[in-house]
Amino acid sequence: MTDTRSDTVSVVDRTRSVPAGGAIVGAHFLGRTVVFALAEEALLFAEPSGEVRRMAVHDGAILATVADDARVVSAGDDGKVVVTDIGASRVLATDPKHRWIDHVALGPDGAVAWSAGKTAFVHPLPSLPRERGREGRGRQFEAPSTVGGLAFLPKGFRLAIAHYNGATLWFPNAAGAEPAKLEWKGSHLGVTVSPDGRFLVTTMQEPMLHGWRIADGQHMRMSGYSARVKSLGWTAGGNWLATSGATQLILWPFQSKDGPMGKQPRLLAPSEHRVDVVACHPKQDIVAIGYGDGLVLLVRVEDGAEILAKKPGDAPVTALAWSADGTLLAFGTESGEAGVIDLA
Amino acid sequence: MSEPMSKPMSDAPQSDKIPVTVLTGYLGAGKTTLLNRILSEPHGKKYAVIVNEFGEIGIDNDLVVGADEEVFEMNNGCICCTVRGDLVRILDGLMRRKGKFDAIIVETTGLADPAPVAQTFFVDENVGRRTRLDAVVTVADARWLNDRLKDAPEAKNQIAFADVILINKTDLVSAEELSAVEARIRGINPYARLHKTERAQIALHEVLGRNAFDLDRILDIEPEFLQSEDHDQHHDHDHGHAHDHHHDHGQNHEHEHAHHHGGLKHYHDEDMQSISLRSDQPLDPDKFFPWVQDLVQKEGPNILRCKGILAFKGDDQRFVFQGVHMILDGDHQRPWKNDEKRESRIIFIGRNLPGKKITEGFESCMA
Repeated sequence: MTDTRSDTVSVVDRTRSVPAGGAIVGAHFLGRTVVFALAEEALLFAEPSGEVRRMAVHDGAILATVADDARVVSAGDDGKVVVTDIGASRVLATDPKHRWIDHVALGPDGAVAWSAGKTAFVHPLPSLPRERGREGRGRQFEAPSTVGGLAFLPKGFRLAIAHYNGATLWFPNAAGAEPAKLEWKGSHLGVTVSPDGRFLVTTMQEPMLHGWRIADGQHMRMSGYSARVKSLGWTAGGNWLATSGATQLILWPFQSKDGPMGKQPRLLAPSEHRVDVVACHPKQDIVAIGYGDGLVLLVRVEDGAEILAKKPGDAPVTALAWSADGTLLAFGTESGEAGVIDLA
Repeated sequence: MSEPMSKPMSDAPQSDKIPVTVLTGYLGAGKTTLLNRILSEPHGKKYAVIVNEFGEIGIDNDLVVGADEEVFEMNNGCICCTVRGDLVRILDGLMRRKGKFDAIIVETTGLADPAPVAQTFFVDENVGRRTRLDAVVTVADARWLNDRLKDAPEAKNQIAFADVILINKTDLVSAEELSAVEARIRGINPYARLHKTERAQIALHEVLGRNAFDLDRILDIEPEFLQSEDHDQHHDHDHGHAHDHHHDHGQNHEHEHAHHHGGLKHYHDEDMQSISLRSDQPLDPDKFFPWVQDLVQKEGPNILRCKGILAFKGDDQRFVFQGVHMILDGDHQRPWKNDEKRESRIIFIGRNLPGKKITEGFESCMA
């Protein structure tokens, strides 16, 4: 099998390429408009009409982005948290010391969390650009070390904060509630919570994941990677956790009450190159996989069937995103290659 | 041939990577003076600077990032394998602005151990893919270094680990005191380039662009005693001259230390030593690699740095390696030249190293 996947069914001819003009670090959909986050300063809006607009949102590097169907939240080395929708953007917060904003997370009700160094912040109210003035009272939490990642639990009441030697579950709106600690030795750099809210999984400095069953703190170690896991996501329905970090897609089974404990992962779409980005289809058990050589494949979890979405190029894939209905797939690379594939 | 050494830094051309210089030195030695000197010289280059205690020291530069010096242990069965977690994060963020700067300078606090900084470049693939460690530069206070070496283990680590050492504030000590400090430094680390400075005045090429961690440049593993003479108060010598001088000094060294010849060379500090091994006989790779792996597994916490050029039996290529504590990085470098002596040389710098055991172990690796 070669990486060109010459015999594989292809949707490459359904691609509309987007002139990005710079390295891409994130991709999101607002309706049918793709919003690409560039490594520096700007968001790029690729409209369904083919029009491409650039909107400057930061004075420097864009360090993290997150989105739901209504807004993109970005964090920069200018110390700003910016909320952007299809037509406007506004600065939600500026760090008083202009520290880098390293991470952002969005809650199901539109609440925004971010972190600068050891401090995690939550802006508890919905946060669209036009909702200026509804600031609410921001809250903050001092983690024991620099925050490695943030994720809201599905109901949005709690924020998971990854840090050195574990993760903390914090209730931003419950004054006096003691944060719950999940401990595991080592540096935890990213965090995700299963859609049913039962499992919390972190990516570590080592090439492995660590998981906890939140109800009882039961540990899960997920290893076997060749590199640090930088991208992960839950398949529709939450049955599988799709992960980067190996030369194939690694899917951990989360169907049962014990999660992946004692089970082998499913390994799909092997390549000579490493999987750098994964994005799960919003409705079906299909995963878009971006590789280090620029290749993008779609793979069906059930039988491993592959579809070629983008041929290898000159740089690693850095961003993949599905539209909410699963008919559009956007991709971006480190060298600024970008496009939208219409699968309808 | 088995080569069980990792090559995390070798997957992209070194020249494409942004060089990172680490400035260490005890509190008050003159690190910030040197940093400001680097930034203010008319070199036309832009530097991103990573400093501790953001905003508290006056640094005039566009791109200054505050660091937390968070040292994280790795869960890889290696007790001394630590990385700077904040550097992993900051370098990743900085590389989003590549093109905006030519090099990165990391200034550590006076109490910092350089090892986690160096290990970050070996251990973290993201960091190693886009940046490279250029050199560890240590600024030492001519007046107070001897005291610090007695009461502060960090100060000794910084000297032992350094590729380049500035004995700064030479105007505040007598000639006798200065030579005592120099001898003290040489007793710990005979391999670093040594410069004597006032107010950290030094030509920038002596501290930047050193390629001290580039496997292809592991040539200079000879002690550097006499080197320092021509740096005294003069900063205008050129590379060619230094290079010639270096060869001379190699000869002198052989002569001067003939009584130690044949294996162990040992300069006395109470606990920090360097060990130099040399052999004309080719090595057996199937003996050498298991031996060196076992050695760094057992003695890794005490070995700060090691470097070597190896001649294996039946191998026309020079093999070079370097290491920090338990982490080894090695590769074939180039074919041996016809007129080149096929000789293996290794140095270890570390604390309480079992010299006899190491020498005997090395000698058992001959083919």
